[in-house]
Amino acid sequence: MNRNLIIGTALTVLFIALAALSFLWTPADIETLDIPNRLQTPNATNWLGTDHFGRDILSMIMMGARTSIAVALLAVGIGMALGIPLGLLAAARHGSFLDELIMRGNDLVFAFPSLVIAILITAVFGASAVNAIIAIGIFNIPVFARLTRGAALPLWERDFILTARVCGKSATRISIEHILPNITNLMIVQGTIQFSLGILAEAALSYIGLGAQPPTASWGRMLADAQTLVSIAPHVALVPGFAILLMVLGLNLMGDGLRDWLDPRIRIART
Amino acid sequence: MIRYALGRLTSLVISLIVASIVIFAVIEVIPGDPAAFMLGINARPDTIAALRAEMGLDQPLITRYLDWITGMLRGDFGQSWTYKTPVAELIADRIWVSLPLAIFALTLSTLVAFPAGIYAASRRGGAGDVTIMGATQLGVAIPNFWFAMILVLIFAINLRWFSAGGFPGWDNPLQAIKSLTLPAIALALPQAAILARVMRSSLLDMLGEDFIRTARAKGLSARQALWRHAVRNALIPVLTIIGLQFSFLLAGGIIIEQVFFLPGLGRLIFQSISARDLIVVESVVMLLVFTVIMVNFIVDLAYAAVDPRLRTKS
Amino acid sequence: MSLLAIKDLSLSIGNTRILHKVGLDIQAGEIVAITGESGSGKSMTAMAVMGLLPRGSVAKGEIMLNGTDILQTTESDLCTMRGNMMGIVFQEPMTALNPVQTIGAQVAETILIHEKTTKANAHKRAAAMLERVGLSVPPSRYPHELSGGQRQRVVIAMAIALRPKLLIADEPTTALDVTTQARILDLLRDLVREFDMGLLLITHDLAVVADVADKIAVMQNGCVVESGATKHLFAHMQHPYTKALFAASAHTVSLPETPASSPILQVRNVARDYPISRKAFLGPRPKFRALHDISFQINAGERVGLVGESGCGKSTLTRAILGLEDVQEGQITLDGDPVFSDKRPNLAVRRKMQVVFQDPFSSFNPRHRVDRLITEPFHLLPSPPTGQARANAIAKALTDVGLSPADAGKYIHEFSGGQRQRIAIARALIIAPELIIFDEAVSALDVSVRAQVLDLIADLCRKRPLAYLFISHDLSVVRTVTDRVMVMQAGKIVEQGETETVFTQPQHPYTQTLIAAAPKLPDLGQRG
Repeated sequence: MNRNLIIGTALTVLFIALAALSFLWTPADIETLDIPNRLQTPNATNWLGTDHFGRDILSMIMMGARTSIAVALLAVGIGMALGIPLGLLAAARHGSFLDELIMRGNDLVFAFPSLVIAILITAVFGASAVNAIIAIGIFNIPVFARLTRGAALPLWERDFILTARVCGKSATRISIEHILPNITNLMIVQGTIQFSLGILAEAALSYIGLGAQPPTASWGRMLADAQTLVSIAPHVALVPGFAILLMVLGLNLMGDGLRDWLDPRIRIART
Repeated sequence: MIRYALGRLTSLVISLIVASIVIFAVIEVIPGDPAAFMLGINARPDTIAALRAEMGLDQPLITRYLDWITGMLRGDFGQSWTYKTPVAELIADRIWVSLPLAIFALTLSTLVAFPAGIYAASRRGGAGDVTIMGATQLGVAIPNFWFAMILVLIFAINLRWFSAGGFPGWDNPLQAIKSLTLPAIALALPQAAILARVMRSSLLDMLGEDFIRTARAKGLSARQALWRHAVRNALIPVLTIIGLQFSFLLAGGIIIEQVFFLPGLGRLIFQSISARDLIVVESVVMLLVFTVIMVNFIVDLAYAAVDPRLRTKS
Repeated sequence: MSLLAIKDLSLSIGNTRILHKVGLDIQAGEIVAITGESGSGKSMTAMAVMGLLPRGSVAKGEIMLNGTDILQTTESDLCTMRGNMMGIVFQEPMTALNPVQTIGAQVAETILIHEKTTKANAHKRAAAMLERVGLSVPPSRYPHELSGGQRQRVVIAMAIALRPKLLIADEPTTALDVTTQARILDLLRDLVREFDMGLLLITHDLAVVADVADKIAVMQNGCVVESGATKHLFAHMQHPYTKALFAASAHTVSLPETPASSPILQVRNVARDYPISRKAFLGPRPKFRALHDISFQINAGERVGLVGESGCGKSTLTRAILGLEDVQEGQITLDGDPVFSDKRPNLAVRRKMQVVFQDPFSSFNPRHRVDRLITEPFHLLPSPPTGQARANAIAKALTDVGLSPADAGKYIHEFSGGQRQRIAIARALIIAPELIIFDEAVSALDVSVRAQVLDLIADLCRKRPLAYLFISHDLSVVRTVTDRVMVMQAGKIVEQGETETVFTQPQHPYTQTLIAAAPKLPDLGQRG
């Protein structure tokens, strides 16, 4: 075990635990507004203070963690579920028209940053957390497809794949039986990194109003509300920012730690 | 070289065509009747009919698509429904905020990341390396719009070195650059952190290559081998990241504009979304995507300049 | 005074002892070879002389080069010496050059770094040096445009551009074809004479040593176990390891008589084309013909060799025989059935064929256990054995190749290179194929391990009639394990016949060149 992995996992587990706990209990109810008690600095009742509606910030952070984790996790799920099979297929049919098509398709999606996809979707369907998931998820597809193909291609050159072919195994079977187990570590590491990028992207989208809509709590939304209050009550802006920072930092450290622990030769793509 | 460039040019054109079809389909086909959509449920039928006529919605899809494309090629991006002015004019006003911001940020990010990455790689495992890598770990995790708010809090509200937002226009270039400085820093920092990490790991990969050993055997010092042989080879993966980052800077700029109340493309696009002005959204998105694809084309050409294997590949 | 005198050189990295009291002398104009198997410390000795030891290594002793002790020299002084006083040529020419610089610039750099001269002058001298090492391409070329042999000449030019007193060559020809190897060795020998250099030649190949070295040092586990003048040392080997090494290098096996039998594999007029990149933008895709009109057959129980240099079409032919790729002309049949029909490989035919590849490290999926690895060919059977029958088959296959049935539960990384090749053979044998293709199956192994694997193959032939196609670039190995041999050049079979006849009376000029170029061990009268 290495230090990165321990710190990273601890931070990640902390936030996931906070999110899970919010289903059962939060320090305060965030649906009721308590205007007289607004903009309190951290104190014994409101550990992290209150916002401009008098809501407990710690409770908001816990509810927001739910949104962030759900959106980012589902987006990674979309990316993996579609990207990995596409990458395996492209590698198995290396040099074919299909390979070319998949790769060009990937390039094309890269020309649409997730924000632009979110803008397109929102313009037509209106803003929601689902849009954020789709927008971030679509952008994750080429990330996983490229990585899978890139990792699978050198494996296809290895003699053990030739042996499997000599033994009459089909490309699909080889992809599942031989390629996939050898790229799992890489996918886990990259999945962690994409998870962290998803948290950042979700925060950005909800900050500009393209993500989860009120009353759903989200960290980005909290920051948007805090923006005009930053000079009178800095903690309203600082707390959600640190929540994002620590969660992302935790995931990144965990990703780096996992990479060193599972296989130091793995390279991760971070953009 | 010419063949390589022609090949990239072909794929550039194909990408642009496919991208435009996707955008057109999302904006003009999926909503069913874009005119009714834009005007909302309370619109009177004759207003909708008027908009339909203006947008040319009675034409078949293919004609509309071709009109849109040929219009854009002539610089005619259509007429905004809410602003009642040509979209091209709206864009022209705002692009002089968004584009300089992205370029400013890219320059900053590169200027910080290259020395940091090279320094860290050359002192691998040393105190400098550990410090820089720790800093980049934080830089990667900071949301840029939050970082922007912190910058405003410190440098605009407390220290009063910069204004908290707004843009005075390019009549006074010095003031214009000053008002873009905080936004550019906010935008550049996380990207610089990523770039520095890529630069470092790419350099370390190169330093493990046989040709570095050959260079050392010739009598080059470790530092000379790094600068003369590793850096240029390490640039190849770094260029890819710079190309990708430009699209992030452009998109990130849209968010940062919100923090600093800058009258850029971001503001235009959000106002248009809330006003349901699809014509503006469509053209601005196409412009953004066009820029990203162009930048990637330029990166591809830069590859060939760096890597002779691409120039003569048969 | 010696040019290079190494005394009591000991080296350790962490707690691992790499070298122990190594001693060596080289005079100007002398070629001294260090030989030994992998891990013996040969290359590390070379790096110590260059002052390029890896980080964290601790060296004791003395390396006197022309009166200067390398181990006591500061890094900045070492930089002035490297390339100037001493130069080095490495094993892998494909990666030794910077891909983004012209070869001329890379040679000129050696001159520019050490001498105050103009760029133009350095480039002129670099061009002259490239010509001296026999390179026929202009200095403005990039490394990727050159062949392996050409690149190695560039590396040599770089190392000797300033006429250093000592040249180190670390396995300089191991990655090259045998004819290229002969030319590079000739070049090195000439340069030593002309420049009166000392040459420290590091090689695992005793035959190369015997051909070119004046003196030899044999290394094992970081120690020099024996050294002396080449002729004298070969004639009076003292140390058991030297004797064992020599015996393994000259190892021959005795194959049983070939049973008179009928043909199984028949290759008739086969041609294979590959599309290559368009010459003109959007123009037609030209084709490269990798195999021309190949015809031969292998009888049941017959052992056939295939030799040729890299790029001659050996691998293409292997793939075609295995039915991995279709051919454009002609037909390949096994027992009368085509290996490839209706655009699909024929599974019924594949059942009768298996393959053993060269690289013991890439031949196995690292995530599977040995039992799963060696039973992969069962996929070809209509009803593969299960339960006890499967376990018995695994145990038998492992025992047949000299491993234990208990090894079935281990992962591949727990085995050495030689053991892995045994596992590869077990995998090939498990469905009792009629034909096995050995694709450079012993080329990556150390000589002593190679001898054991060759013995195993001969042993298997004695137990049951086994037909195989043995593909190798190593003529001495092919000579001992085959009955008949084919020689391939540029996609054509230029000569085929009884192995001994071809080797003693080669007819085709290319075969004659190949055999002449192969380095030979001295005949000591008594073999082994």
